Amino acid sequence: MNRRTLDPLLLIVAAIALWQVLFVVAGPDAIASPLATLQRLITLGQDPRFWMNAGATLAAFGYACVLSIAIGLPLGVAVGAHKLARDVSEPILSAFYSIPKITLYPVILLIFGLGLSAKVAFGVIHGVFPIALFAIGAIRNLSPSLLRTARVLHLSPRQTATSVLAPAALPEILTGLRIGVSAALLGTIIGELFASSQGLGFMLIRAMENHQVADIMAVTLFLFLIAGIANAGLLAIERRLQWK
Amino acid sequence: MEMTASAPTQASVEHTAPVVLSLNGVSHTYASEDGARTVRALSRVDVEIARGEFFAIVGPSGCGKSTLLDIIAGLATASEGSVAFEGREVRGTVPDGVGAVFQEDTSFPWLSVWDNVAFGLRRHGVEAAEIARRVEHAIALMGLGAFARHHPAELSGGMRQRVCIARTLVLQPRLILLDEPFGALDQQTRLLMGEELLRLWRETQATVVLITHSLDEAAMLADRIGVMSARPGSFIEVVATGWPRTRDSRIFSDSRFGEITARLWSSLRAESMKSMGQAGR
Amino acid sequence: MRISRASLFRIALVLLFVAALEALCRTGIIGCLTMIPPSEMVLALIAIVLHADWFWTDFAYTVRNLVAAAIASILLGYALGLLIHAMPRMRRALEPVLLSYYSVPTFVFYPLLVVVFGIGPLSLIALGTIFAVVAMLMSTLTAIDRIPRGMFKVARITRLTPLQTLVHVKLPAAAPHLFTGVKLAVIYSVIGVIAGEFIISTAGIGRRIAFAYNDFDNRTMYGMLLLVISLVVVLNAALQGLENRLHRRWVRRT
Repeated sequence: MNRRTLDPLLLIVAAIALWQVLFVVAGPDAIASPLATLQRLITLGQDPRFWMNAGATLAAFGYACVLSIAIGLPLGVAVGAHKLARDVSEPILSAFYSIPKITLYPVILLIFGLGLSAKVAFGVIHGVFPIALFAIGAIRNLSPSLLRTARVLHLSPRQTATSVLAPAALPEILTGLRIGVSAALLGTIIGELFASSQGLGFMLIRAMENHQVADIMAVTLFLFLIAGIANAGLLAIERRLQWK
Repeated sequence: MEMTASAPTQASVEHTAPVVLSLNGVSHTYASEDGARTVRALSRVDVEIARGEFFAIVGPSGCGKSTLLDIIAGLATASEGSVAFEGREVRGTVPDGVGAVFQEDTSFPWLSVWDNVAFGLRRHGVEAAEIARRVEHAIALMGLGAFARHHPAELSGGMRQRVCIARTLVLQPRLILLDEPFGALDQQTRLLMGEELLRLWRETQATVVLITHSLDEAAMLADRIGVMSARPGSFIEVVATGWPRTRDSRIFSDSRFGEITARLWSSLRAESMKSMGQAGR
Repeated sequence: MRISRASLFRIALVLLFVAALEALCRTGIIGCLTMIPPSEMVLALIAIVLHADWFWTDFAYTVRNLVAAAIASILLGYALGLLIHAMPRMRRALEPVLLSYYSVPTFVFYPLLVVVFGIGPLSLIALGTIFAVVAMLMSTLTAIDRIPRGMFKVARITRLTPLQTLVHVKLPAAAPHLFTGVKLAVIYSVIGVIAGEFIISTAGIGRRIAFAYNDFDNRTMYGMLLLVISLVVVLNAALQGLENRLHRRWVRRT
């Protein structure tokens, strides 16, 4: 067994050990032990309602992703290509990125009401900014010599865009997508905390209100696993496509 | 000023000076970064360098010159063989009295030129008056006087390398190691910096080991030149120039200059072709 | 100070947006139960600052908490970053975890922190710290990565002790990128603390916002929201300005 598979396993073991210690120190009112959490997760996994909720979250998350990319990517590419547009917009987008989105939640709720559209809106306001910002950065960082090379090779504008500019900008755009997608997931879950009667976020808020510690931890663990796998996958794709 | 003169007899000065740096059977193997291959960087390097000598090392790229320098400095440990400086073994720690200037610009951008040069002295708790004395002297020596309060970001590449050299000089090293310090500079600046280096060498009476890929530079500056083979590196030849100590760049016009560079290239040509076919580091 | 063309455009854009919002609210296209006009928000904020008896207590409470959380997360994030950077195997193993950290709503753990630390500033500070620390940690890792290798060689050839290397070489060399981490840590501390106050709290601006929302008190709610947004924008701009200055001075212009 080589390092690459051993290390994450060691890490998981260490994490579980630390978890157990925290449980002993903090008590069952604060956190659930690893074993209890796992058992709860398995029990939940056998409950069809859990999967209905997970499905609802996934659907909202999917919409949020699609919208974030559909809005953020073209916006970022268009703005990134034009110097004035870039200088004007980038600080604004940056400011939006750093504003705590939680401050916008009441506003979103008032505009969209409760339900799916509010959840998707939450997801989108989280995901669209990193996607746009990284796209702007990717286009901006394109070296001028790329364009010169394309001209010397007599490439058409379309060929230049697809075979020279796109691959050069791709790594950074992918990073933005990964971060945006992660953020959109967070936004969707938060939307469910406040604005929904279904979904994993809804399960979380119910568990928080009823102080069902094991439930909180089981659902969070599930989310963490999903996010972890998604991130690892996207990271692997990113690495493969990255020539830097 | 005629430079031909009686070169061979003056060269013998080096042969009677005591050996200050000796390498014995130095070999080095390491695993590549992804752990996939082992790289044999050096293979049985033997050389003895006398005190006050100016020794240059030339060789094709990737032949292990920088690795060799790191080993001499104590920044790396050879997998086999030994290095001795002033009679004591060098193994993994940098001995007292060794200074180095590296290929990349390592001036500290957050300090002024003056503070950069004073850096090492301050860390070693030298008293302020002495620091001021040595720093002023080094700055004057390297022609940095007008820029003492400036920051490296405001200086040209050549000036920044001078800052790095000054920073090394104030510590009064007895062995000065230089790894292609003028690599990023243009030819004319290189020649002038070479002259400065000779001046420093004479003034400090230190032993100098210079790595360079420029045969002209090696031939002009050094007392002896070690020619390294392609990877795994070892010395295939050591050429003595026999120049007088008081030389400068006008040694170009000496009739023996062309002979020396021709001899270097004839040894080096085959090795360079081998190296071009080798995989990257 | 010369104002660039881009800045002018930007200010114009923002003003246009605010004006449009004002118009939409005043004409009733956006109902007053949903949003109040921006001018009203400003007035509400001023009224609260000047007249509300609770304002300064709650504001001070929130500020104290987020300052504490920011400092704690910066120090802890930096220390952990140094530690993890020195252990490349651990770093590689931790990477997916760190990257997923901000996908999970960490403040769902807040009630659990309340059980441990009690309802009060400590649990809020803990929440803010936990939220912000990973941003600082990751920035520290990147910052150390970006230190040119040659600097370490110089440290060794100058025969510095590890402590001297850390203080006199590593820290200054990493400073510009470390500062990015500081900026993020501050912002995330604000988010974490206010989110916590939103969820459960006995005091603070976040609590006021939650109460106002529940009471349909739009004036107070939007006034306080404006305060939080303004605070973050100002902090971000100030820290970004410092970051740019550091970069200009310290990062080489080759």
